[in-house]
Amino acid sequence: MNTMKEDTIAAIATPFGTSGTGKVRMSGPEAIKIGEKIFEATSNIKLTEAKSHTAHHGFVVDPKNDKTIDEVLAILMINPRSFTGENVVEFDCHGGMVPLESVLELLLENGARMAEPGEFSRRAFMNGKLDMAQAEAIIDVINSKTEKSLSIAVEQLKGGLSDKVNNIKDKVVTLLAHLEASIDFPEDEIEGFDSSQLNERLEEIKNPLKDLIKTSKQGKLYQEGIKTVIAGKPNVGKSSLLNYLLQENRAIVTDIPGTTRDIIEEYINLEGIPLKIIDTAGVRESDDLVEQIGVEKARTSLEEADLVLMMLDVSQGLTEEDIKVYNLIKKLPTIVVINKTDLDKKVDVKKMQKKFSEHPLLLISVKEEKGLEELKDTILEEILQEKINTDNEVLVTKVRHRDALIKALDSLQKVKKSLDEGMPYDFLTIDLKDVLFNLSSITGETVTEDIIDQIFSDFCLGK
Amino acid sequence: MEENYKYNKVFEKEYDVIVIGAGHAGCEASLAPARMGLNVLTMTVNLDHVAFMPCNPSIGGPGKGHIVREIDALGGEMARNMDETMLQIRMLNTTKGPAVHGLRGQADKKKYHLRMKQLLEDEPNLDLKQEIAEVLVVEDNKIKGVITKTGILFKAKKVVITTGTFLKGKVIIGEATFNAGPNQQYPANRLSESLNELGFELRRFKTGTPPRINKRSIDFSKMHEQKGEKDLTFSFDSEPYEREQVSCYLTYTNDKTHEIIQDNKMRTPLFSGIIEGVGPRYCPSIEDKVVRFPEKGRHQLFLEPEGEFTAEYYISGLSTSLPEDVQYDLLSTIPGLENAEIMRPGYAIEYDCFDPNDLRLSLETKKIKGLFSAGQINGTSGYEEAAGQGLIAGINAALSLKGKEPLILDRSQAYIGVLIDELVTKGTEEPYRMMTSRAEYRLILRQDNADLRLKEIGYNLGLISEKRYQDFLNKKEDIEKTLDFMRNYQVTPTPENREQLKSLDSGALKKPVKLAKLLKRPEVDYDDLRFFAPDLPEVCQEVKDQVSIQIKYKGYIDRQMSQVEQFKKMEHKLIPQDIEYDSLENIRLEAREKLKKVKPRSLGQASRISGVSPADISVLMIYIEQQERENKDEKK
Repeated sequence: MNTMKEDTIAAIATPFGTSGTGKVRMSGPEAIKIGEKIFEATSNIKLTEAKSHTAHHGFVVDPKNDKTIDEVLAILMINPRSFTGENVVEFDCHGGMVPLESVLELLLENGARMAEPGEFSRRAFMNGKLDMAQAEAIIDVINSKTEKSLSIAVEQLKGGLSDKVNNIKDKVVTLLAHLEASIDFPEDEIEGFDSSQLNERLEEIKNPLKDLIKTSKQGKLYQEGIKTVIAGKPNVGKSSLLNYLLQENRAIVTDIPGTTRDIIEEYINLEGIPLKIIDTAGVRESDDLVEQIGVEKARTSLEEADLVLMMLDVSQGLTEEDIKVYNLIKKLPTIVVINKTDLDKKVDVKKMQKKFSEHPLLLISVKEEKGLEELKDTILEEILQEKINTDNEVLVTKVRHRDALIKALDSLQKVKKSLDEGMPYDFLTIDLKDVLFNLSSITGETVTEDIIDQIFSDFCLGK
Repeated sequence: MEENYKYNKVFEKEYDVIVIGAGHAGCEASLAPARMGLNVLTMTVNLDHVAFMPCNPSIGGPGKGHIVREIDALGGEMARNMDETMLQIRMLNTTKGPAVHGLRGQADKKKYHLRMKQLLEDEPNLDLKQEIAEVLVVEDNKIKGVITKTGILFKAKKVVITTGTFLKGKVIIGEATFNAGPNQQYPANRLSESLNELGFELRRFKTGTPPRINKRSIDFSKMHEQKGEKDLTFSFDSEPYEREQVSCYLTYTNDKTHEIIQDNKMRTPLFSGIIEGVGPRYCPSIEDKVVRFPEKGRHQLFLEPEGEFTAEYYISGLSTSLPEDVQYDLLSTIPGLENAEIMRPGYAIEYDCFDPNDLRLSLETKKIKGLFSAGQINGTSGYEEAAGQGLIAGINAALSLKGKEPLILDRSQAYIGVLIDELVTKGTEEPYRMMTSRAEYRLILRQDNADLRLKEIGYNLGLISEKRYQDFLNKKEDIEKTLDFMRNYQVTPTPENREQLKSLDSGALKKPVKLAKLLKRPEVDYDDLRFFAPDLPEVCQEVKDQVSIQIKYKGYIDRQMSQVEQFKKMEHKLIPQDIEYDSLENIRLEAREKLKKVKPRSLGQASRISGVSPADISVLMIYIEQQERENKDEKK
């Protein structure tokens, strides 16, 4: 937990909300180099060659897979003429949680470290950019931000994440203790491991860790896109809604390997979250949805759906077909969308709300473009299961956690590599300790004493 | 000053340094300043116990052995004393990486003591006396001298306390208890009180030792022999060990032994409540082991000889404070010990010791200027840990007399640095033992490179002779020269070379490679390289080992080195000594209390205090910067 390194830090600099733009800021000796790794300027200029205090339009692209993350404006300030006195690169991105998170995560993957509360200001002060009076203010900021992130971290950790991380941590501590015990007490009878046993132990740690990373919402969102199915009987307006969404929000990313040709998958980008709208081949042509649903592929799509938009026609009331469709999808996260409010209402909205009480219910008119913004918000809320006006600190904490998990996995891979190369125990402990360190940074506990305590509780040692 | 104290006479000579105690810490603390040109008085309760080993007749092992090598590199004595007197030496952990290889030697207790005593006696600047220290003379919070039981006041500018387990020592064997230092020596009770009067809060620790058995009553045929190894020495400068080595023997306890222990455990002080001291977890008594791990069917015991001129054998693994009659009973159940004759029963000993938070990193106490403390009295266990501290305390007493900055080794330089940093920064709740797992830069702190890390420091202090230093410089040069050769010499894939590699079970050679790259292969050794490079420099084994290690593990070593760089940056951000933590309102209460107690020297050390968070460090950093700017403004 070395916060004093003169390394390069990054953070989301703008207060959070669904405003038009947001800013991710990076400061430190490597800021421009890291920025260059992930930024492709429209003018093809390289950030390391650009002049200080210039702004460049372009795209943030993940160098691993050439996936475009967001369209941005990159601004650079070369030291010492910057807020912190160090090299600073700022990305003005689309507002909204997801693009900002993705850009931040990409920076962390490429050499930046998550900034501690108040760290930018602290660096500014240490570099003589702020005066003494401002120093007091910084201290206050550090304290309040720390308090806040502590309490948010505590909230976030209650349940799920913290238990899972602790489970993995315990496995690592036990393995480490065993290795260290056999190193420090070589004459006590401690059963050793052969390499297949060690590999097994490493798998037992790797698998839950990988799962945890996958399920961290961001992971899923960015890798696959939310599988969304628009369901409903023929002529209820599915295709018009789809077209509307595609027109407004067609995603930049369109090519995903491994898609089958029978199912058309359209990608839209909602606040940076890719939605994979599944449109089985016949939906647009055939009018008989029930028939469609009877088709295997459609069924499978529904089974895999992350979200269903169940559409109804306000001018027709609730029909048997509607009920049939609903029964198929009611167990899934669903938003009930009542379309065609431009026409006369035949539907009793209150009755609908009662019937579909478990799901959000919205009234829209695609034709008149009414209620569509609320629909998008509701979709996001359903996906993220939290209000969009989330505090910046919550966001930061989640990114920090994910970053720590990824680093832990990274170190674990290094352990496996050392094992495969036939390195002795004490080399394995080097990276295993890093795994533990990264996991501990999520739950916030010290590391060395854990291992030593475990050594003495597991093994009868000493002469 | 003299008015407040009672004594019969003031000794005419005023000493630069007085060392109280001549155990492992005391001997190093005495020899170092004496060799640095200062006048030293070493006083001990019993001259026949100079450098005495009250417990295990062995020195070394992973972690501890590392400390011994470092002592040697700095110019201390323990390593050479062992080399000259030991019965056996082995290297442990040879199946693991070089960072955790540890030398372990069996000592001849008498010879070890005799040689060390003679060194102290022969040291021109050192006076060795049999005296019982009782009272510390202090004026204005500065140490002035020591008064002995016989009423003599010895004056000194610096005093180093190395009383080991003597302070209010209490020995316990089952129901029998009596006040004594180890091995039935005179306990230092009054001295404990004197320390209390000076405001030191002492705590109670305990340790134990096993029975000693007469060799003639041991049936070695029922045990497994453990032999020594050739060509190993503790000191970098000793000749290879030529003498015949004596073996150790391995046997085991069994169910019957455990039954006897379980039946009688109520008669031990631990369970009967007589003992209050906290014992070490890693040196548990046999009763601890049996009670905590009842499922374990047997426990290892090592029979270790105590000396060439004695029949006494030490039973390692059988530390106990069970009553003597029970000790006889349980021995009779052990293969080879059925007829064991106990010469000395095992016992537990309780003693007072310092809270090491009360010390600075230089081992000077915070309360009393000029008073240093080293060894088991600081809450450590082990001769090696004691000697390492003694050496540093002695050196620093001398340096402060010379008006120089103290020697503070950090965690990336030496195990001694890790040891002192842990004690002073984190304190300890039980007798502290060094283990390699405590060192985060274990790969850098190897036992094979202690000289490369520390010998220059020893030389600059005046503790390493010109000859030793010159030999060392030659070795360094050989290493550099050979590394250079390795990095530049190209091996081409001739048919002979490829054939040779095949015979070594090594992969094919497709294009020319530098010799270093070949050495990186796990199956290739230094001597194998001669085939590919006939011009390979002829060097001694130590140089070959160094070169091999540095090349084979370069990746890992480099990684640790960059961690070390980061670490050092924080260690060099010093905290002004007169800082007022109370005026730092914005750090949490717990952190503030801890900072006040430990008074860390640097931001690095501060970050290691439990209860101090990264946010607290941030605030501290800003505060220090503020103060600095204020001071600058004031000066203008």
